[in-house]
Amino acid sequence: MSPGPNSYYGPLDPAPDAGWSDAPPRMGFFTDTSVCIGCKACEVACKEWNDVPGSGLDLLGMSYDNTGALTANSWRHVAFVEQARPAGHRTPPFAGNPTGGSVSASSAAVAAGSGNPTGTDPGVPPGSPDAAARMAAGPSSDATPTAAGTQFLGMPGDGPPGRTGSAEGRTDFRWLMMSDVCKHCTHAACLDVCPTGSLFRTEFGTVVVQEDICNGCGYCISACPYGVIDQRKGDGRAWKCTLCYDRIGVGKTPACAQACPTESIQYGPLEELRERAAARMATLHDRGVPEARLYGHDPTDGVGGDGAFFLLLDDPEVYGLPPDPVVTTRDLPKMWKRAGLAALAMAAAAVAAFVGGSS
Amino acid sequence: MSDRPVGDRFRRFRDRLAGTAGGPDPTAGESHATSFRPDAPRSDAAAQAARLAPVPSGAPTQRRRGGRRGRGGEELTVPAAGFTSYYGRPVLKPPVWKWDIAAYLFTGGLAAGSSLLAAGGQFTGRPGLRRAGRLAALAAVGASTGFLIRDLGRPARFHHMLRVAKPTSPMSVGTWILAAFGPAAGVAAVAEAAPWLPEDGLPGLARRVLPPVGHAAGLAAAATAPALATYTGVLLADTAVPSWHEAYPELPVIFAGSALASGAGVGLLAAPLGQTGPARRMAVAGAALELYGSHRVETRLGLLSEPYRIGRAGRLLRAGRVLTAAGVAGALLGGRSRAVSALSGAALLAASVATRFGIFHGGVASARDPKYTVVPQRERLARRAAVQD
Ligand code: SF4
Ligand code: SF4
Repeated sequence: MSPGPNSYYGPLDPAPDAGWSDAPPRMGFFTDTSVCIGCKACEVACKEWNDVPGSGLDLLGMSYDNTGALTANSWRHVAFVEQARPAGHRTPPFAGNPTGGSVSASSAAVAAGSGNPTGTDPGVPPGSPDAAARMAAGPSSDATPTAAGTQFLGMPGDGPPGRTGSAEGRTDFRWLMMSDVCKHCTHAACLDVCPTGSLFRTEFGTVVVQEDICNGCGYCISACPYGVIDQRKGDGRAWKCTLCYDRIGVGKTPACAQACPTESIQYGPLEELRERAAARMATLHDRGVPEARLYGHDPTDGVGGDGAFFLLLDDPEVYGLPPDPVVTTRDLPKMWKRAGLAALAMAAAAVAAFVGGSS
Repeated sequence: MSDRPVGDRFRRFRDRLAGTAGGPDPTAGESHATSFRPDAPRSDAAAQAARLAPVPSGAPTQRRRGGRRGRGGEELTVPAAGFTSYYGRPVLKPPVWKWDIAAYLFTGGLAAGSSLLAAGGQFTGRPGLRRAGRLAALAAVGASTGFLIRDLGRPARFHHMLRVAKPTSPMSVGTWILAAFGPAAGVAAVAEAAPWLPEDGLPGLARRVLPPVGHAAGLAAAATAPALATYTGVLLADTAVPSWHEAYPELPVIFAGSALASGAGVGLLAAPLGQTGPARRMAVAGAALELYGSHRVETRLGLLSEPYRIGRAGRLLRAGRVLTAAGVAGALLGGRSRAVSALSGAALLAASVATRFGIFHGGVASARDPKYTVVPQRERLARRAAVQD
């Protein structure tokens, strides 16, 4: 099978490109974060179905996040961001509640240092405090920010809401919750660089690790532009979401989407999901949520579009997503060319060292 | 996972918090209506206080970020960018490769450089260079294989690398290059044993057959050597690690130069003085490529050059530069002294180690800090938006 014109970069239907004939339609996830309630049913269902080991139960000081990041032992990760919100032209979510504010910029900065013993490598490395503070401080595009807490005012549930707040001291805040997952990229760097053929493209266009093949070389981990795939300690192999290859093969819905009580996680043919997502975004814009945006839906983006894409309410990096990921293999032909030139230069230098000169 | 009771991690978070930012009682009800502007400074006063404040020992901290800004009085050339990331965590997963991969970068280059030296010695009648080069190549390629297997999460499955040959995977390509180079280098080195064999009988036959076989094998190894030395540049560049990926034009050049210089170092260390002329010229050529390449990665990549200039990577690359300069100077000026030649050979080898570890750590540092992921991508988006307007 010879690579097509877009095999390395650009829009592509990945399953036929990988050699599947009569591939079924490409399947994927649309995760609509605007209806996510942060229940983590997806995380639990995934662990149950796929027999994924535990990854620590403790809250990390990152709002209600006790997972921290996608790892080999967490194939779904529910991100929680608490932001002070300006009271704009629409009613902020907690308006009128004397809640006394939320987790603030400074507590987010401290939480950046929390570790989580996920049992994986690199797992959840510590973060940069000032970037964390900016995340919690909320969108910078809004013109008139109101008061916002720069002090720690108690985690939600840390004390009864309203007991300590005064009306002036109140901060309106919003919660961003998002269930993150492997993006099942159209151009999946992890798959392209895998030297054992352990990672493969399924007939559904998804990307799956074969655990009986993987030898834990770790190349996929450095190659993924989203920081998804990770190595399990002790076991030594790389693990990530399979989009429940075993379930979808028999026509079932992946465990996370099945468990999601709000249909924040939707599973289906990618084409259909993209239409649904566009309609949902239009609805949200109509209803006065101008910050709603799609992420990973565009087949012309740096990875050729994601098989699992998202509707977000803030910049991607606030959720820990790269703002403009590009598959590394886009530049691979140029890289080989450069290496070839360097190899020629090296050979020429060696020849010259022996034939030139008098000693 | 941990035998600590659930909630302990969160309690420690609260303790750290109470120890910072002026430490208001978490439940204190005073007004906190500190208004702030939406852009950069915002809550950074608090964040800064948080970062600078002491953290209880044993707690996971931002310790490793200690050296991030203006280490050694070296001010950032790039203004501190107001980037965001989820709790400041890295967007990428930093490489899980341990030091053995950096060591492999050195030994793989050393094997390539020495086998070129050996082939040169073979063709120009310099047995000292040939012997030293062949033996070093075998030792280095053996060590390389060891390092590569050791680094695997499942070392017993190393042979799974041989299931496929994938041009999109530099590691797969490298496996096949090694599979071609290793046996050739091995046979060439074994052929060096011929003079020690007895003259008659079966060993005598081997004694006569080995040299030509060794020559053919040495030639085969030398023909693969440039590929072995330069593919590792692609191996690092073909990742999402920002400072490796963007350095893809330079990495193979640095590694080719470093391989030549380390091969030359073997010649200077081990060959008789009268035969080292080519090794000295090889040292100069290698050093030139290496210094040119590393100068480019330290200056051309904007923000992504920074990891190569600061911290551990910066120190290693600076040490590599000094050692290379010393090695080349010794190689050029010490032509009449065995000791000076050997010292300069050792300096060139040490330089190659320092450079490889420097490049390795520079990339790892760039993946650990979300700044190097988010800021360049934001800039790319802004450029694209500007073009569209
Ligand atoms: S590159 Fe990363 S996000 Fe894309 S399919 Fe591979 S692991 Fe998933
Ligand atoms: S760690 Fe496993 S899945 Fe990842 S590239 Fe290596 S062999 Fe492939």
